[in-house]
Amino acid sequence: MAVTKEQFNKDFGKESFFKQLSLFDWIWAAALLFGAGYAWNKYSALMDNYEVGILFGSAIALIALGWYWKATRNLMIAIAAISLFAVSLYGNDLGQSEQNFFLKFLVSSQSATMWMSALFVMATVTYFVYLAKPNEFIGKVATSMVWVATTMGFVGLMVRWRESYLISHDVGHIPVSNLYEVFILFAIITALIYLFYEARTRAKGMGAFALTIISASIAFLLWYHFEKGAHEIEPLVPALQSYWMKIHVPANFVGYGAFALAAMLGVAYLLVERAQKRNPQSSFVARMPSLDMLDDIMHKTIALGFAFFTVATILGAMWAAEAWGGYWSWDPKETWALIVWLNYAAWLHMRLTKGWRGAPLAWWAIIGLFVTTFAFLGVNMFLSGLHSYGEL
Amino acid sequence: MNKSRQQKPAGLWLEFLGSMNLAITMLVVIAVASVIGTVLQQNQPYQDYIIKFGPYWHEIFKVLDLYDVYGAVWFLLLLGFLLLSTSVCVYRNGPGMLRDMRHFRLNMKEKSLRVMRNFREWTLNDSPQQVEQTFTQYFNNKGYRARRKEHEGVTILALMKGQMNRLGYLFTHVGIVVICIGGLMDGNLGLSIKEWLGGIKIEKRDIAAKEVPPISRLGPGENWSFRGSITLPEDSVSNMVFLNIRDGYLVQELPFAVELKEFRVEHYASGQPKSFESDLVIHDDQLEEPMEETIAVNHPLIYRGYAIYQASFSDGGTKMQLKAWPLFDSNPQPIELDGKVAARRQIETPNGVMTIEFENFKEFNVFPADEELAVAPDKVEQSEMVRGGTMGQSSKKFTNYGPSFTFRVRQPNGEAREFVNYMVPVRQEGRYFFLSGMRESQAEPFRYLHIPADDKMSVDRFMRLHAWLNDEARVRRIAEQSARQAMSEANMQDKQMLQNIVTSMVRLTSEFNRGGYQAIDQRIQQTVPEQQQMKVAETYLKILNTVLENLYWELLQAEGVALEQGISPEQGRWFEDAVNALASMGPYSSPFYLQMTDFDLRQASGLQITRSPGKNVVYLGCVMLMIGVFLMFYITHQRLWVMIRPEGQGSRVMLAGMGNRNQTDFSKGFDSLADELDRHYASRQ
Repeated sequence: MAVTKEQFNKDFGKESFFKQLSLFDWIWAAALLFGAGYAWNKYSALMDNYEVGILFGSAIALIALGWYWKATRNLMIAIAAISLFAVSLYGNDLGQSEQNFFLKFLVSSQSATMWMSALFVMATVTYFVYLAKPNEFIGKVATSMVWVATTMGFVGLMVRWRESYLISHDVGHIPVSNLYEVFILFAIITALIYLFYEARTRAKGMGAFALTIISASIAFLLWYHFEKGAHEIEPLVPALQSYWMKIHVPANFVGYGAFALAAMLGVAYLLVERAQKRNPQSSFVARMPSLDMLDDIMHKTIALGFAFFTVATILGAMWAAEAWGGYWSWDPKETWALIVWLNYAAWLHMRLTKGWRGAPLAWWAIIGLFVTTFAFLGVNMFLSGLHSYGEL
Repeated sequence: MNKSRQQKPAGLWLEFLGSMNLAITMLVVIAVASVIGTVLQQNQPYQDYIIKFGPYWHEIFKVLDLYDVYGAVWFLLLLGFLLLSTSVCVYRNGPGMLRDMRHFRLNMKEKSLRVMRNFREWTLNDSPQQVEQTFTQYFNNKGYRARRKEHEGVTILALMKGQMNRLGYLFTHVGIVVICIGGLMDGNLGLSIKEWLGGIKIEKRDIAAKEVPPISRLGPGENWSFRGSITLPEDSVSNMVFLNIRDGYLVQELPFAVELKEFRVEHYASGQPKSFESDLVIHDDQLEEPMEETIAVNHPLIYRGYAIYQASFSDGGTKMQLKAWPLFDSNPQPIELDGKVAARRQIETPNGVMTIEFENFKEFNVFPADEELAVAPDKVEQSEMVRGGTMGQSSKKFTNYGPSFTFRVRQPNGEAREFVNYMVPVRQEGRYFFLSGMRESQAEPFRYLHIPADDKMSVDRFMRLHAWLNDEARVRRIAEQSARQAMSEANMQDKQMLQNIVTSMVRLTSEFNRGGYQAIDQRIQQTVPEQQQMKVAETYLKILNTVLENLYWELLQAEGVALEQGISPEQGRWFEDAVNALASMGPYSSPFYLQMTDFDLRQASGLQITRSPGKNVVYLGCVMLMIGVFLMFYITHQRLWVMIRPEGQGSRVMLAGMGNRNQTDFSKGFDSLADELDRHYASRQ
């Protein structure tokens, strides 16, 4: 019996990616493009061509992200709705942050950031509870907390963006310009990468480890806020007034976030391996993902981090060529970026060509985090150079 | 196996250079070597290193090139090794990879399919032709490309997808090679070789650009890649830049001239700098008329392959109108002077002829408002301010202290002190002061003299008070007056005693005038037994205060201030401040106070002019690297084989597959393909 075309199409269909998209996908994409168009129409006078390119480029990138990982559509809708609500509450008066109830307690950038911080810490605790007592409901609560915390973190940044313009027109800028702002970015990007792999593998045991590093960054953020008053919005120094900042910094933090997550998975790997040797039936081993899975995700996060870190460093070089007169000057920050890059390049070669797996690479990933942390923080604290935007 | 022994030495070398072990070792070694240059500040003056490390270690570090690690021969050799290793790797693996992309591997045996990790088998009623048609179309829809072979009734379909992954390998590795080549084009290797051959000589003397001999000059076309800098005062023109090399420099001539019309700094409302801009004019024979262009940080001018950047700023010779108030004299008449930044002038004092060396002028002095001036950063590197972000400290309020100028006063014996004087009075704790900082060496912070401003916001009253203090006759008269008054109040009339009191009053006052409270304290410690020191100090202070108060009273009267109501609280506070300032006059130890009354600002812009033909090569390599990384990580080169054997009326079909990376995901994908085929055939049985 010959296969009829109808039968064939019924069973297989012609698997075009676009045909798999639902109506919601398309409406959502249209909404994003409309939003970008609206922003362009309203603010094009303030943007140069590159910034218009970045605006539409990011709209397209977000559409792609939403189509690939459907859950982020809801995230983006929530962020947009809450941020617009906050912006509308502000009107043109920054003083509203103290007067308006919602702004004061919920959605001003300070409040949203505090909510994010609290939720991340609570999620960390919840994930540890989950490890001790693997109950599906507890797991769901933990995951939801991370989603909400991430939402609030993004809302905090979005609203902060607007607030900076409310201070003064010339002070306004995208909030990725100093250590305080990028720490928020670090926390939410790391959380997002974690959520992606949690959704893919349904292995919530990793959560306790991933959220630990996020909580550590929250601890720093809070110290930085209360001890140093770093939450104040500052005008941009001339060197940072460039469209490059909008792409260089976020790309870098996808890299940092992924490397941090990989290191925590390395820790998880070593602990699971040890527990397995002592007692393969232990509940800890049962609740954690398998060693192979941890190893696999660790590799994937390092690959992701490496790819974005490569892009970020190249963008940084291009920016340096425009601001400092040379694409490479062996400035401490540049040099340490190279060191981080070389380190993970070596890691990847070990795995891809030498076939290393497991514990040695887990250790290496953990050491890699120290190298990365030095490049991220240590350079600003201990070494002098041109790249000193985030001094402690 | 002794295969390697049969290889020629060249082959062995290739093997070694292309080996993974060498490559990974090089990655790690370069990473570690790079650390050195970040821990040890590079390219500082040698003098600083000698102070820091001592002459012994300085010599060792110098020989090892640790002061310029990234330009050192050994570091370049390391990079060269990595480049060579990568090139050999590409040379050895590249052709194979390219072949792999096109090669479908049709010659697979059933045995080898069966041992693959991903394998499925079906026995179907359809004829081999029908099965082949279905499978071909199915995998075609899934994006696989296919080749077909029939051999002894068995059909083999070799399917392939994601070959681009192999390009990922090529792109990343070739990209690295291309980046290194571009970097090499922009490096100063050529210059080093020229220097080594004796064609050029690095100039180390501090001389005018015009006087630099030809051996230290490079013509416009002589050096195709460089990064030079020049400080251009307003309304001046230059057609050359300086290339800083180790502890010297070379002069690089340009095929055009750059003129600076104006340099501007704009500020935010809070006082922090908002922009640094230079209005330039390019003069070039190739241009019909001079080209005007404004550059700013992040907005360089690219002209004829040369890029001109805003890198820093400084003073370009601001002219200042000054008043020198003599501090040794009883005559409160200032001398009018004019000064110019970077110029010197001599002034006669009782201590001999002193030289004033004008160092710098700053139109704005913006400090965080909550910081005391004494700890405020008095010297932020201006190039860092322009190109970096040192002002990014969190504190919202800033105060502008207005214009200031720095200068050194060099004594006849060659010793010099550095001063910084502010032009306008600065508000502190509700009162206004003229600030003048002094330090003996650059390593110290400035210590400030606070001269209280009078009702007219001038230094006049203080200067008169200070001059009167120098007037011994006047002090003696006032001392006599107050001593008489005190004695008559106490009903005493001893002439000798009066004389003694007056003498000690005058002596006390002159000691205070020369050395402040410290001098009096010292005297007490030397001459008075310890038990009585406190008491004597109290008495002395009282006496001194009486003299100063009477001096002040007389001064106010001379000024014509109405004093029927006594001294007002403001006048009282002014007096306290004045006494404090007088007390610090001793340590201030300058024979004059320089007051700026007017200035004619002339700024200079620090430009960096570069030419880097390798830049586009580097960018090409970067693009290859970026594309390559994503191709390599996110595309899997997948191969599938379908083997169809006729079996009775129907056929037996085998499906096997392998991917070159990420086996877990590939297996999942394979299973879902096979399951789909399963369901298709199950529904038709």
